[in-house]
Amino acid sequence: MKALIQKLVETFSPSGFESPIRQIVRTEIEQIADEIQVDALGNLIARIGPRGEGQHSQGTRQKIMLAAHMDEIGVIVTHIDDNGFARFTTLGGVQPRNLSGGRVRFLNGAAGVIGIERLEKVTELPTIQQMFIDLGGSERKSCPVQVGDVAAFERPFAELGSRLIAKSMDDRIGVAVLIEAMRQLKHTPHDLYFVFSVQEEVGLRGATTAAFGIDPDLGLAVDVTGTGDTPKSIKMEVGLGKGPAIKVRDEGMLSDPRVVDWMVKTAEKAKIPYQLEILERGTTDARMIQISRAGVPSGCLSIPCRYIHSPSEMVDYQDVLHAVQLLVQLLSQPVKIG
Amino acid sequence: MNAATPKITTDQIRLLERLTNACAVSGDEGEVRSIVLEQVRPHADEVKIDALGNVLVTHHGKGENRLRVMLAAHMDEVGLMLTNDEEDGIFRFDTVGGLDLRQLVGKAMLVGGEHIPGVIGARPIHLSTPEERKQTLTLDTLRIDVGPGNSAKVKVGDRATFATPFKRLGSSLQAKAFDDRLGVATLIELVKNPPDHLDLLAAFTVQEEVGLRGARVAAYTLDPHLAFALDCTPANDLPAWDGSENEQYNTRLGAGPALYIADGSTISDPRLVRFLMQTAQTAGIPYQVRQPGGGGTDAGAIHKQRQGVPSVSISVPGRYLHTAVSLVRLADWQNSLALLHAALQALTPEILAAER
Repeated sequence: MKALIQKLVETFSPSGFESPIRQIVRTEIEQIADEIQVDALGNLIARIGPRGEGQHSQGTRQKIMLAAHMDEIGVIVTHIDDNGFARFTTLGGVQPRNLSGGRVRFLNGAAGVIGIERLEKVTELPTIQQMFIDLGGSERKSCPVQVGDVAAFERPFAELGSRLIAKSMDDRIGVAVLIEAMRQLKHTPHDLYFVFSVQEEVGLRGATTAAFGIDPDLGLAVDVTGTGDTPKSIKMEVGLGKGPAIKVRDEGMLSDPRVVDWMVKTAEKAKIPYQLEILERGTTDARMIQISRAGVPSGCLSIPCRYIHSPSEMVDYQDVLHAVQLLVQLLSQPVKIG
Repeated sequence: MNAATPKITTDQIRLLERLTNACAVSGDEGEVRSIVLEQVRPHADEVKIDALGNVLVTHHGKGENRLRVMLAAHMDEVGLMLTNDEEDGIFRFDTVGGLDLRQLVGKAMLVGGEHIPGVIGARPIHLSTPEERKQTLTLDTLRIDVGPGNSAKVKVGDRATFATPFKRLGSSLQAKAFDDRLGVATLIELVKNPPDHLDLLAAFTVQEEVGLRGARVAAYTLDPHLAFALDCTPANDLPAWDGSENEQYNTRLGAGPALYIADGSTISDPRLVRFLMQTAQTAGIPYQVRQPGGGGTDAGAIHKQRQGVPSVSISVPGRYLHTAVSLVRLADWQNSLALLHAALQALTPEILAAER
C-alpha cells in the first residue's frame, strides 16, 4: 500500500485541476469497480454492487456513499512582472507561514521557488501579496507560466519509522484508504459508491453535486483530522498511532449518532483500535452529504495527521491500515440506521 | 460561423441607457424586469418569471440531442434600504450588497419606486475637526435627506440608488449599475440573435449582490448542461501612484472581455476556458484573463446546482464599480458580445466529452 500512497501523494492536482490524479485513481480501480463515471464537476465515481456472501440478504441493501477528495491545496498565478517573477494567490487553505523557501510544481512541469519581499519587521508574518514565485527567468516573455496557471507544493514522500510524510496526505491518504478497501472487500450486501471528489479544499464543492447525483441512504467521508500530540499543540484527544478516528463533531457537521455508534461497535467487535474525534476547526465532504436533498445520515472516518496544510503532512501507517480494516468491516455487513 | 455578429449601435446604447437609469436594488428588480420582458418576449419560445423574480427565457434550437446552455446576467444592483423614519424627510438606512461607506457621503440619490431625489449629506468642513476628517463616517451617522415635502412619498423599506444618469463620452460610457446591466444588455442581444443548434436558456437573475440567490434557483429550474455567467468586473488598471508596476489590476479597460479561471466562488471548467480562448483567437477577438482571486458571480451558485454544471464567467471590465459612477469602454462591450455570440455558434456537445 505504501507504493500506492507514494504514487498518489507525488501527483500534482490542486483544486479544480484534478485531471492528473483522476487518471491515476481510475487506473488503480478500473478492474475492481462494476461501473465508473466522471460527473460534470470531475468527481470520479466508482460503484460496487452487492457481491459475495451476503449479497442476497433481504432488506439490508443500502446505497452508501463514501467520499475522499482528490484535490490538494495549491497556488494560482495572478501576474507575471517585468522581470519574470510570478505573483500568486491561493487555492484552498494555504498558510503563508509555511511558504517561504518552499518549492512549487506547475501542471505544465515548470518549477519555482517562493520568495518574499523585504519585510519592515522580521517578526511579522508576510502576506501572500508580499510573496512571489521565482521560476529562474529574468523577463516576462520567457516565463514558462502565465496568469491562471496552477501549481502545488513539491516535497517527496518519506518514511520515518512507522510515520509517513508527504505533501497532500490531505486527502490522498483517504483516497488510498478507499482504493485499498475496494481491493480487500470480498463481499457486501450494499450498493457502494466510492466517490473520489473534487474541489473539497475550496468549499466541499464536488461532494455537494456528487451527493445530489447519488442520493445515498448513508454517507461516510474519509479524510484527515488534526492531532493534539505535538509540543504545545492545540488541546485535542486525537494522536498518531492510536487508530483511525471516528468523527463525532467538527466545525461543519455533527455526525449522526447512529452512524458513530455503528462505527464504534464495528471497531470493537473486530478489535480494531479507534479514537473518538472532536475537531474544532475545519470540516469534510460529509457535511455536504449530510445536508444533501432531504438529508442523509452521515459520519466520517478520519486518519490522524500532523502538520495539515503544510508541505510535510504526517500520518501513521498503522492508523492507515486499521482505517482500511475498519472500512472493510463496515461495508461487508448489513447496516440498520434509523 | 453561420450568423453575423450582432453589433452595438445606437439602439443597443439607448437600451443600455434605459437599463442603467432604471433602479433595481437587490430584491426590488421590477423596473429592470419590465424592460427585459418587453425586449425578450418577441424573440423567445418561453418566458417565465419564477418565484424569486428571475426572468427565465428559453429559445429552442433545432435537431436532436441539443445542448442546454444557460446564460445568466443579474438584474439587481447594490444600493441602500431605508430603515428608520426620523421625520422631516430624514431617514436612516442600511446598505444592500457590497458598498464602501466612503463612497456614500455627499451623493445625490433616488429613493423608492417614484425615484424621489434625496441626498446623503455630511457635516461641512467649517464645522468638522481635522481629527474627524480622518475618520470614515459610520452608517449610524449617515442619513438620506429627501426633504419634508417628499417624506410622505417614501417609506421604511424603500430602496435607494445613486442618482447618476447615463452618459456617453466618446468611446467610453459612464453610469451607475453597469454591474450588471451590461450583462443584461448583452444577454438581451444574445436572445435576439440565438444560435439555432442548441437550447438557449437565458436567466435574468435577482439578488446576485446579496449572495447569488436568484441564480441558485434559476439553475435548479433550467437544469442546464453548461453555463456562462455574464457580468461586469472591476478594472483597477490606473498606473500605480509611485510609478511602480501595477500588479493588482484585476482587469484592464480596452483589453477585451475578461475570462475567469478562478474566483472566490468558482473554479471555471477548464474546458470552457480553453474553448473561449480558442474561439476568441479564431475570430480575432481580443480577450484577457481576469486575475484569479476573490469575488464571485452567478456561476458560483450555478455550478454547484443538482449534479453539477460546468461553468465559466465572462465579464466586461469596468472602472469604479459599486460607486456612484462607473466607466466602461464600448469596444469591450462589443468584443464581449462578439465572443459570446461566436462561442454559442461554435459550441457542440463534444466539449463535455473531453477530459476536464
